[in-house]
Amino acid sequence: MSETSSSLTLPDPAPQKTSFSGTLYRGNEGMWSWVLHRITGVAIYFFLLVHVLDTALIRVSPEAYNAVMATYKNPIMGLGETVLVGAVVLHALNGLRVIMVDVWPWATRNQRPLFWIVMGLVVVLMAYFVPNHLINVFSPMEGGH
Amino acid sequence: MSDTQLPQGDPKGQDSGVHPAHSGPTGAPTPMADRPDTASTDDQSSAHQVAEAAAQSSTEPKPVENEYDGADRETQPAPSHDVPESFNVTVIVRRYDPEVDDEPRWVDYDVQMYPTERILDALHRIKWEQDPSLAFRRSCAHGICGSDAMRINGKNRLACKALVKDFDISKPIYVEAIKGLPLEKDLIVNMEPFFDSYREIQPFLQAASKPEKERHQTIAQRERFDDTTKCILCAACTTSCPVFWTDGQYFGPAAIVNAHRFIFDSRDEASQVRLDILNDKEGVWRCRTTFNCTDACPRGIQVTKAIAEVKQALISGVKL
Repeated sequence: MSETSSSLTLPDPAPQKTSFSGTLYRGNEGMWSWVLHRITGVAIYFFLLVHVLDTALIRVSPEAYNAVMATYKNPIMGLGETVLVGAVVLHALNGLRVIMVDVWPWATRNQRPLFWIVMGLVVVLMAYFVPNHLINVFSPMEGGH
Repeated sequence: MSDTQLPQGDPKGQDSGVHPAHSGPTGAPTPMADRPDTASTDDQSSAHQVAEAAAQSSTEPKPVENEYDGADRETQPAPSHDVPESFNVTVIVRRYDPEVDDEPRWVDYDVQMYPTERILDALHRIKWEQDPSLAFRRSCAHGICGSDAMRINGKNRLACKALVKDFDISKPIYVEAIKGLPLEKDLIVNMEPFFDSYREIQPFLQAASKPEKERHQTIAQRERFDDTTKCILCAACTTSCPVFWTDGQYFGPAAIVNAHRFIFDSRDEASQVRLDILNDKEGVWRCRTTFNCTDACPRGIQVTKAIAEVKQALISGVKL
């Protein structure tokens, strides 16, 4: 646990926070959906950072852009794309769930089944995407795009 | 004690099964009556228990036979017939003495327990029979005062409501202080930041008008905030919140629950003041709906739902 800085709103009588964390908190679906949401969110953020940079290259020089794109066309990046799509799908669907939980009392009561519906949808969508994508990645390239 | 005033009695020796007054018919003396904690809580708890039983019957232990009375509070064995089987439980407590330890350390204790007993009884047995230096808070020991919230096997609960038989006793039971508040000693944390947040949301009725007799309220109006009146300020919810762990400035679920209790009270006139307070950067908007608070609440309050209602009140106004 990091130290908290005192703010104007809350006088902190013990600024030196000695709360060592101990065991992992055993949360339920809600907590793990939040953990997954946070991890995928940060991962997507870093992808977007790189993505904006490499796409911006096309304004610098199309050749440089093509060179960078060519380095992406290998199986390792292909697997990375699988992970990326999985993260985006999960983040998107769980994001919809979080919005519903916030604004719709029915969803607040049923957040647990909603979490499993989200996970089910992710599995279904990925079951469609992953084989198709991997066939593309590992099949010999016919002339590029 | 005054149990006879309750016509239907209270057949459940709820929570602990300790109820000296109930042992009357069996003629068993009340071995523990002179123990301050038992004697002082008896009056309150018997009154509370009727209400409690209704609200929590699903999670409460089955009624305990009178013959069991006192058996779980040991020293004095129960009447020889029908003695419940005791078993050995390993309890691993996260100890921390600020004067000696740099870091908290895990300490194992073996305790003989009965199925009717609670984690609090295990802690008592450790403190009374094995290691008097163990420090923890508890007052009523019957789930009303909210003093003994702690993390048991990774989840926040009240030690006085966590029955041993609900745990897998083939494995050790891990007990540690609640998380996110400054650790003071063993299972005791500094609750001040928690109560500061509570005070900040003005948890008291504010009404300018003086009624002739009393402030009227319909059943429906009272029902509107009934759930959040149950809070006992044990901090189990606030210290189960991942946002609170990493950001001690967040008001936390308990403060928002108690704000909810007045925001949706038709008699109160300061709803907007509290909503403005909770509209803060560290207010309700920090809630990430992990539902840890709802799962942790020993009173079964739908905490996350209450927070969501405050969020909605901020967007579209208070709907009483």
